[in-house]
Amino acid sequence: MTRKKQKGYLAGAISVALIVVFAAPLLVSVLASIKSKLEAASLPPTYLPHSFSFESYERLWSYQSGLVTYAGNSLGTALITIVLCLGLTIPAGYGLARYPVPFKEPIFVLLLLALIIPYQALLTPLFFMFVKINLHNSLLGLAILHTSIQLPFSLYVMRNAFETVPKELEEAGIVDGCNSFQILRRVFLPAIVPAIITVALFAFITSWNEFLGALVLLSKDTSFTLPVILAAARQQTILGGTDWGMLQAGITISVLPCILFYVLLQKYYVSGLLSGAVK
Amino acid sequence: MQQRKLVGLLYVAPALAFVICFTVAPFVQMLWMSLHNWSLLTGQKFIGFNNFIKAYNDTQFWVSLVFTLKYTLWITPILMIGGYMIALLVAEKGRLRAIARAVVFVPVVIGLGASSLLWYWLFSYDYGLINRGLLDLGIISKPVVWFGADATLGTWAVISSIVWKVMGFGMILFIAAIQAIPHEVREAGRIDGASQWQAVRRIILPLTYRTVLLVTLVSIIGSLLAFDQFYIMTAGQPGNLTATSVFFIYLNSFPYLKLGYGAALSLILSIVVLLFTLLQLYLNKRLA
Repeated sequence: MTRKKQKGYLAGAISVALIVVFAAPLLVSVLASIKSKLEAASLPPTYLPHSFSFESYERLWSYQSGLVTYAGNSLGTALITIVLCLGLTIPAGYGLARYPVPFKEPIFVLLLLALIIPYQALLTPLFFMFVKINLHNSLLGLAILHTSIQLPFSLYVMRNAFETVPKELEEAGIVDGCNSFQILRRVFLPAIVPAIITVALFAFITSWNEFLGALVLLSKDTSFTLPVILAAARQQTILGGTDWGMLQAGITISVLPCILFYVLLQKYYVSGLLSGAVK
Repeated sequence: MQQRKLVGLLYVAPALAFVICFTVAPFVQMLWMSLHNWSLLTGQKFIGFNNFIKAYNDTQFWVSLVFTLKYTLWITPILMIGGYMIALLVAEKGRLRAIARAVVFVPVVIGLGASSLLWYWLFSYDYGLINRGLLDLGIISKPVVWFGADATLGTWAVISSIVWKVMGFGMILFIAAIQAIPHEVREAGRIDGASQWQAVRRIILPLTYRTVLLVTLVSIIGSLLAFDQFYIMTAGQPGNLTATSVFFIYLNSFPYLKLGYGAALSLILSIVVLLFTLLQLYLNKRLA
């Protein structure tokens, strides 16, 4: 065997090992969620299911206020976050990239402020503010927090997108007699669709997965998001032990949209990550 | 021109108002609260810098801070070196490598809460597959209590879960940097007879240096702000030895509702994180 071939086999073997190590945890958890109640309670635990049932999902479905409530809260918060992020950063990106806004640089820096102040540190005052204006225990309040986390990234992506649209397109719009808002709608919006998808994708992922803010701002069981209720459920006991099957069903449902969007929108994912982390 | 300035300002105004209301105002509020004995129930009393003095004399404050720094110090090299080595392997063309690349990245897209719950189960004493596997392999003779009994053991269990969760983040950025190296440069190295190791040390590493530095800083900041994984897996136990700085702030601000003290602790954490962020922004500017 030549050295090169040996190296190829070695690289292949390591690749396979990586695939197994990184896929296995999620895979065994998803598979464990379809074990029957009897099998899930047996000791020692089985690696792979020998039975098939949706019992765990049935228990999750009717757990406390019900899966519909919790998943609905998560989804609702994520949708409001997406709308807020786009609604704020599309005009702001347009203005900053295309108009001679006075004090442009200081304004841009101010808008990126959340980058230097970690939101974890702002939760104490935000909690107090939200209690006063009755935004705690509300999805809108949580979505506002998630928007403030995502705003710097979203604005950065949007401004760059608006900057790359060629000037000729804009001028053609002006010649056609469009006003500034019409130019935004007819000329720019179609040109910045990738940026819109990127911003919406990351807003969704951040909001759907965010845990600490939801834990702090939501204290009513009916307003809990999925991560909060699942974390609470980890210590709830049925017959003296954690209901692992239900937890695995919950994990499966939590990760499903994330993985789905990753598979469908991989291109936006990677490019967003590159522009977000290493500017 | 005057009119265009005004129109531009109008477009920026909503975002500006949002940031002032929900980032700047809370920040100012935090500064103000940190100087008070502030409680939702009993009202506020100005106490100057007493909250900061209290923190200085609070053993748990130092335990949390030192634990957070230790956690950061342990996990960062694993993430960076591991991520870089995986990137070197899978950045090359090949079907198997493309699959490995995609699979290693999957945990990055799921939630930290979900992944922490997943590993909380895997490491659980009786139903966890890790104990089952280690028993079957004969590595241990009786199940290990991973969480709640021994702080070091619990921390390493958390670290392994986080390595699984975020290794792909560094990897994907390193791959992008490695692939951005012009083909001719690497080809030249190969013709000169550089070994694989020499190529990495003399060509690839220096040319991806900037990315490595930046990813390291992003990763350090992330670790300094760790919360979900410890809240869910160790719950700070045993004896709050695995409560991170954010966890400590959380405990004071929310279950105990000592908001003034929580605000002071938040400010201290902001300053620690800010040092690293400024370093990141500085490097960004200098290396760009």
